[in-house]
Amino acid sequence: MNISSLFVILISAILVNNFVLSRFLGICPFLGVSKQVETAFGMGMAVTFVMAMASIITYLVQILILDNLGIQYMQTIAFILVIASLVQLVEMIIQKTSPTLYQSLGVFLPLITTNCAVLGLTILNISQDFNMIESIFHAIGAAIGFSLAIVLFAAIRERLELAHVPKAFKGFPIALITASLMSLAFLGFAGLV
Amino acid sequence: MKPNRIFMKGILYDNPVFIQMLGMCPVLAVTNTAFNGFGMGMATTAVLVGSNTVISLIKQFIPSKIRIPSFIVVIATFVTIVGMLLRAYLPALNEALGIFIPLIVVNCLILARAESFASKNSTPGSIIDGLGMGLGFTAALVVLGIVREWLGVGTIFGQAVMWSTFEPARFMSMPPGAFLALGLLLAGFNKIMSKDLNEL
Repeated sequence: MNISSLFVILISAILVNNFVLSRFLGICPFLGVSKQVETAFGMGMAVTFVMAMASIITYLVQILILDNLGIQYMQTIAFILVIASLVQLVEMIIQKTSPTLYQSLGVFLPLITTNCAVLGLTILNISQDFNMIESIFHAIGAAIGFSLAIVLFAAIRERLELAHVPKAFKGFPIALITASLMSLAFLGFAGLV
Repeated sequence: MKPNRIFMKGILYDNPVFIQMLGMCPVLAVTNTAFNGFGMGMATTAVLVGSNTVISLIKQFIPSKIRIPSFIVVIATFVTIVGMLLRAYLPALNEALGIFIPLIVVNCLILARAESFASKNSTPGSIIDGLGMGLGFTAALVVLGIVREWLGVGTIFGQAVMWSTFEPARFMSMPPGAFLALGLLLAGFNKIMSKDLNEL
């Protein structure tokens, strides 16, 4: 393992295989919490923390418990429990340190548990045979990619609020078409690594 | 509520995809062909019916404070079962759906039905609700899958339907096409619904 392979993992998770725009992981918060840049940024940070912690803990769970006992089929259940407890922890931390952010994230904070980007990341880590360091880089890349997509998207949607769109396209349809154009732009990174 | 009313709510009036916008990740990710959409929909339906049944049976034993983790454990159990069955009997479909099979656990639709229906209603009602919502979800996935496969590859369920010189727009099979197709379908759905309401 060398530095350049870690760099490739990082860049490919941010740009080439962007979790939201090309892997379709984490679409619910992407569409739900992206009406304001500030909220989107807070969501990105919360997801970053959960992703980094979750990939370390699930890696240890996989190696020490599941592989050791030969019960790999319990993976889904074990991982979702790890993520659910982590999210509970983050929720308590944010509630104590920043009540305003806690208010604006609202129902989407507990919903990080059901954010498929987090569970998807931990399963991908194992299925791609990443070691601990690679998993962490993959998690950071995925989290930056998620935050980048959601913040950019929020900035566009702030402008869209003021735009004149046909009635049938108001709300989700125009948001999805915007996402389609962003995804097309990210497709341009395909040849990067 | 009458059983057929519960059933139709999931298929039409409260369609998980077109009205409630729940569980969007698999909707966008696995609808590159109609068959993949159908497979994903049926797998989700199986998990949904199973989890709704069990949760409505054990609802009085679950303390309300830890109900969400309990629901998730029940759902994860059914996902594991469905995943094993797929791997054993339909390995090709399992390969195509890939990571999105274990990710059925975090499909908001399933947790939403557990929380808002199965934990408050009788078992037969919950089974019908699971079936209705699951089939409504499947229908949406198949519709989106048909549109994307038709425009992106020129086939529907693997059967060639276009003339021989038809140039498929590969774009529709790729990620941007998923967002575009769903956006346009939703706009169309909105248009039809608003017309109906105006005429009534």
